[in-house]
Amino acid sequence: MPTASTSFFGWVAFLLQKYGMLFLRGTGMTLLIALTGTIFGFIIGLLVAIVRATSPMPSLGRKSAAAAVRDALLKAVQLLLGAYIQVFRGTPMIVQAVVIYYGAQYAGMYMDTTFAAIFIISINTGAYMAEIIRGGVISIDKGQFEAAHAIGMTHWQTMTTVVLPQAIRNILPSVGNELIVNIKDSSVLNVISVSELFFQAKSAAGAYYRYFEVYFIIAVIYLILTLTVSRILRFIERKMDGPDNYVIHGSQSDSRAEIVVSRENAEEVEKRWNP
Amino acid sequence: MESVIEVKNLHKAFGSHEVLKGIDFSANKGEVTCIIGSSGSGKSTLLRCINLLEMPDAGEILYHGENILTGGVNMPRYHARVGMVFQQFNLFGNMNVLHNCMTGQMKVLGRTKQESEANALKYLKKVGMDAYVDAKPRQLSGGQKQRVAIARALAMDPEVILFDEPTSALDPEMVGEVLAVMQTLAQEGLTMLVVTHEMGFARAVAHQVVFMDGGVICEQGAPADVLGAPKSERLQAFLKSML
Repeated sequence: MPTASTSFFGWVAFLLQKYGMLFLRGTGMTLLIALTGTIFGFIIGLLVAIVRATSPMPSLGRKSAAAAVRDALLKAVQLLLGAYIQVFRGTPMIVQAVVIYYGAQYAGMYMDTTFAAIFIISINTGAYMAEIIRGGVISIDKGQFEAAHAIGMTHWQTMTTVVLPQAIRNILPSVGNELIVNIKDSSVLNVISVSELFFQAKSAAGAYYRYFEVYFIIAVIYLILTLTVSRILRFIERKMDGPDNYVIHGSQSDSRAEIVVSRENAEEVEKRWNP
Repeated sequence: MESVIEVKNLHKAFGSHEVLKGIDFSANKGEVTCIIGSSGSGKSTLLRCINLLEMPDAGEILYHGENILTGGVNMPRYHARVGMVFQQFNLFGNMNVLHNCMTGQMKVLGRTKQESEANALKYLKKVGMDAYVDAKPRQLSGGQKQRVAIARALAMDPEVILFDEPTSALDPEMVGEVLAVMQTLAQEGLTMLVVTHEMGFARAVAHQVVFMDGGVICEQGAPADVLGAPKSERLQAFLKSML
């Protein structure tokens, strides 16, 4: 064990040697819950966005009883989903984690911490994703919906075969951004003792009271993770064919950012907006 | 003459702005009806009401004598029988030309992939776009897009096709290719409702011309009468402005 007079680098080397595996396991857990949470959140967001974009059955004069029931049910579900988004976007994830985890125990349900972590990130991300996807759907030209309805597609068919494939391409940067946010924000789940990176660091730091050195190490790890993931996402975006510039809707960190991906096409984009 | 679509006393308002103020007309089987009029006269709204892209406020739309507004009609089925071609083409941006013409057949009519593809190719050939099956819509010119859109509507084997200003968004040199396709369809006996500013097309192809003004039908009848010998001042002024 280094003495109190050992240098900063000496401590870092010692801690890495002693707790390297611990940090690695924490990193693995962080990646696992961030990635699965983002994927499930995306699926939740898709379903919520489809239901929220459904309009009541149009008809002239008196509605049939079945149609009236369906419309009332739709309205109720839409209200509930609206409340879900408001609640989960309007409260901190750290508070959601505690309320859900201990709330479940209160109801006699003892959740595995990893399961709880993925569950909490998923529904938290789902609320943001629903808004991001809604933004993506709004950005699709109305003519696409009309053309699909005009050949007889139902709302579900229109959304899944025509609108969402285009919307998802447009919102890919925002979706990637959610993954990066989740890599960082999963650290708050240490409050329910999820063994992710921050939690592991907390125990390592406590052993020798070396807070600065330990948190410096995990800061570097978080930075490497987010930089790598954003590089990969940028690469995937370039590979997919689609528009050359995006307007990002409803992003957690950037509500109205516009990203110009390709410089060559800047002129063309300019022309499209200012003919 | 059997009427396929009959509109009775149709009303539609957007807020306090009354766009359709009681429209009555009928389109006969195998005939071409051209709807003309200045912009804002309600002709596009009428077409969009017939396809239920807009819900009328009052009146009746009868399809083979059955009112489609009362809720008893199977909507996907109706839409499959009554196709639509839009001014802005509205090809599905995420699909190539072939899939644009296949997806409706598979999803709505439940046809197999092979059937849909064969049928799509048949109609793409008819509009002269069979060489572009793999192209994405954004790689096509306006005229090409509109011809694909017509093939997409035809591929559903509809009974009626509604054309909402199909050539208005095209460069002048591309108007001809689209009108030529539409003329062929008319000669083959497709029932067509065409909102258009192309008086030459109306004169040559239409069986019936409907002139709309201010949300009502001003004059209707054979093209020779309506376009050749307009009775109302409004129509005379309109035709003069089109020259």
